[in-house]
Amino acid sequence: MEGMYAFCVGLLTACGVFLTLRGRSFSVVVGLTLLSYAVNLFLFASGRLKLDAAAVLGQSKSIGDPLPQALVLTAIVIGFAMTAFAVILAMRARADLGNDHVDGQIPQPRHGINQKTGGAK
Amino acid sequence: MNSLLWLPFLPLLGTFVPLLTARYSRTACAFMTAVLPAVTLFLILSHASDIFSGKHFFASVPWVPAIGLELAFRLDGLSLLFSILILGIGLLVILYARYYLSAQDSMGKFYAYLILFMFAMLGVVLSDNLIQLWFFWELTSISSFLLISFWGHKSEARKGARMALTVTGAGGLALLAGLLLLGHTVGSYSLQTVLDSGDLIKASASYPIITVLILLGAFTKSAQFPFHFWLPNAMAAPTPVSAYLHSATMVKAGIFLMARFYPSLAGTDLWFLLVSLTGLATFLTGAYVALFQHDLKGLLANSTISHLGLITLLLGMGTDLAAVAAIFHVINHAIFKASLFMAAGIIDHESGSRDMRQLNGLWKYMPYTATLAMVAASSMAGVPLLNGFLSKEMFFTETLHQASLGSLSWMIPVLATLGGVFSVAYSMRFIHDVFFNGEPINLPKTPHEPPRYMRVPVEILVALCLMVGIFPTMIVGNLLYSAASAVLNGDVPHYSLAIWHGFTYPLLMSFIAMTGGLIIYTNRQHFFKFHAQFPTSDSKLVFERVMQTLASKAHKFISFTENGSLQRYIFFTLLLAIVMTTVPLLQLNTTAGQRPEIPVDALSITCVVLLCVAGVATVIWHRRRLIALLTLSVVGLIVSLAFAKFSAPDLALTQLSVEVVTVILLILALFFLPQKTPKESSPRRVVRDLGLAAFVGGTVGTICYALMTRPLDTISTFFTENSKTGGGGTNIVNVILVDFRGFDTLGEITVLGIAALGIYKLIARMRLFMPSSDDKGRPWSEDKYPLLLAVISQSLLPLALLVSAYIFLRGHNMPGGGFIAGLITSVAIIQQYIAHGVDWIKQRLKLDYQIMIGSGIGIATLSGLGSWLFSRPFLTSWFDYFYLPVIGKFELASAMMFDLGVFLTVVGATMLILANLGQLTTSERATQKEHE
Repeated sequence: MEGMYAFCVGLLTACGVFLTLRGRSFSVVVGLTLLSYAVNLFLFASGRLKLDAAAVLGQSKSIGDPLPQALVLTAIVIGFAMTAFAVILAMRARADLGNDHVDGQIPQPRHGINQKTGGAK
Repeated sequence: MNSLLWLPFLPLLGTFVPLLTARYSRTACAFMTAVLPAVTLFLILSHASDIFSGKHFFASVPWVPAIGLELAFRLDGLSLLFSILILGIGLLVILYARYYLSAQDSMGKFYAYLILFMFAMLGVVLSDNLIQLWFFWELTSISSFLLISFWGHKSEARKGARMALTVTGAGGLALLAGLLLLGHTVGSYSLQTVLDSGDLIKASASYPIITVLILLGAFTKSAQFPFHFWLPNAMAAPTPVSAYLHSATMVKAGIFLMARFYPSLAGTDLWFLLVSLTGLATFLTGAYVALFQHDLKGLLANSTISHLGLITLLLGMGTDLAAVAAIFHVINHAIFKASLFMAAGIIDHESGSRDMRQLNGLWKYMPYTATLAMVAASSMAGVPLLNGFLSKEMFFTETLHQASLGSLSWMIPVLATLGGVFSVAYSMRFIHDVFFNGEPINLPKTPHEPPRYMRVPVEILVALCLMVGIFPTMIVGNLLYSAASAVLNGDVPHYSLAIWHGFTYPLLMSFIAMTGGLIIYTNRQHFFKFHAQFPTSDSKLVFERVMQTLASKAHKFISFTENGSLQRYIFFTLLLAIVMTTVPLLQLNTTAGQRPEIPVDALSITCVVLLCVAGVATVIWHRRRLIALLTLSVVGLIVSLAFAKFSAPDLALTQLSVEVVTVILLILALFFLPQKTPKESSPRRVVRDLGLAAFVGGTVGTICYALMTRPLDTISTFFTENSKTGGGGTNIVNVILVDFRGFDTLGEITVLGIAALGIYKLIARMRLFMPSSDDKGRPWSEDKYPLLLAVISQSLLPLALLVSAYIFLRGHNMPGGGFIAGLITSVAIIQQYIAHGVDWIKQRLKLDYQIMIGSGIGIATLSGLGSWLFSRPFLTSWFDYFYLPVIGKFELASAMMFDLGVFLTVVGATMLILANLGQLTTSERATQKEHE
């Protein structure tokens, strides 16, 4: 089970990173959301996976590690705030700049060729 | 002695005096400016007799003792000598500048800079802490920059100032590195400790690096070859500045530094080679170049370089007597060079030119000044009965005793004599060319004697030249002895300051220098012709070119790393992060640990497959945004299932409700954004990003797996044990949130509130792109609010709120709590918005979400402050059990108040975001009044 779990975390991270590297703001927001799933799962896993071990006293025989859970709980809520801020910022940028590229302007084709030298002449 | 603590700051206070008094007459301003330095000088001199009898004074105030930071001053022989030079010559320069500056120059500004420099210089020589010394060292660089660029309208002044700052500033950085390393080696930044640990330093492995770095600082400051080029260019400064900075103080700071660290660093072969050879090279080049200058100040500047080289050479020789000679020459050079600069300033001021090809025969016009200048110049040449002669004799004596170059040691006295020859030659030129040698040529003004008091500083200095030259022991004997004792950190060898030592080799060398100098000067035409054959190189141009090349290289580098592309930044950041993470992973032998794994079941496999498919589908269809959102929400759902499966019911509930809110938010936002992403990444870019993504994902997955399969050593035992007894709740996660780590949560909801307000602000003034149809060109549906949805959601509302209240109340003991209840409430309200529209809600639900956020954070804070009433720390919780007839036993805890605050903030923040986004297209949209 741990192997599968770790695979999922890795896959979500990879998907998140790939989308974060895209050039349009909405893809970046989706990528960030995927990344925060991965991060939350990862943090949660640092308390190890346990079955039937809710961190509630008197409910089950063993008790899972409550600390990562508490951290992840607030992380989920803050993650929502971050996603919201990012997406509204993207909307605002689109409204003010007329496009939804992360750099605020759509790169010219020539710029694309020059990517290798970083736009330096 | 406490006065040492505030004494160095008197001049700093004095910086403001000229600025305040500049509105009064020039004389008043100069007089007022001089008061504080004069008081400082007086106070320092009052300690002189104690210091002469061998006492040292220390004063310090600790600042950050753990890292060796303190305010520490010391007053010993060396500090005393330099303080007298700084303050004494400083006072003379103040008097001189009163007459030198013209009416157009801002006198207040000039004096302010000058006194600031005086303060910095005084700080350098009085510091007893390495870091503090460096601080003042850099302050001298900055204040000298201000002084050199005082006539900022002149291009050469700006360029000269920049060059001086660049060279000395770069040296200052090297010095900082050297001092830090030195302090680290010794284990203390206290100067006294460093001076007492000479053997330890010399034995340490970092000694060569320390020495080279500190010497770099000293050489750049004291204009040693090959860093000497900034000094002639700094001559663009007003002459009082040159007389002060470039003869007696600033350029002597490097010499001071070498003398200060003499006990710690000197005496090794490395020191000898670096210091004495640099000094020798500087001595010779300076003397040679000085002869060919046509600018009066250029000649003096190069002669200064040469004399600084001489002092450096003496310090490098490593013998005790050489160190004494070095200190003696510091005094003598300061006296005659300051007076020469002042004389040059007078000539410039009263004749309008500094060019020696125009200045001739001034003897007739200003005989008095000429006499003074001639005495000073003779001292520079080393004529007997003047102070320059004495130290030069000592210098020649020491070169004769030098044996460090083995069988080549004879070269040092020979080269020293050669330098002496040129010194005599350029001094001759200064005297003969300017005051005799025919008639002036095309001078802008008819030269005349300067105002009476402008001559006074020169007179005082020239009188000192003579007095020291004739009665050396009486005038400077004590000062020299105590300074030398400070440099040598102990015993001073026997030396004699007599004028006449009999017919000795040094006397012969002086004689050769005199005769040789006369011969060279009389045959100077040939030398000038010879010198003219060399291509002239302007150090300003070379420097400028180097600087521009550096700047353009730096610019290229920056435009490569910072080209404004967010994608590039993220790529580099992730790349760096992954490199840093991979290195420790390479040292991990096995991925899997010892902990037994949970067996796999069919349901889990199904979920994993779904998650993987949804995740990959999100990436594949990310350009069709609505579909990507749908697959994204599948991922979110499975994540919440995973939390539920692995015993985290709180997380599952939170994730589920956040998921709902997030997807609604993203769909709303998508309405205002393009529905599709154009295809614009090049194949190479896609491959590159895929590669990085796979690598990052693989690494994170590996760490996750390695982590999970290793036994857990948790710190949570404390929380588990104290949750019920200390926090009064059985749901440990909730108790951690509202009690143990309540302060964290308070911070967290504050952040949530701020984010929501930020979003509100962003929305408030947004111009809208309102698509009139969907991406396929179909118009929006007329049918606004589906009746079925309206009816169902309306009847669901009480139920949802009831569930929310239940979740909230049981949160302390069972899965639930303020966060989750808040999210559920938000979802319930949002559903009403979706089903009925903004107008309908507005009429029925009068909630101000901003007030809700504020009151939420307020309640949470107050519940924390409440514990102060019982003299407990912030956020200490209280709980007890009560009994009511119908309900039975129940618990009340102050943590519930805190959780209520969390609840309100979450509802307020979520609703502020969603409701405002949702009503953007309606008449209810948030607007902002224009302030202007």
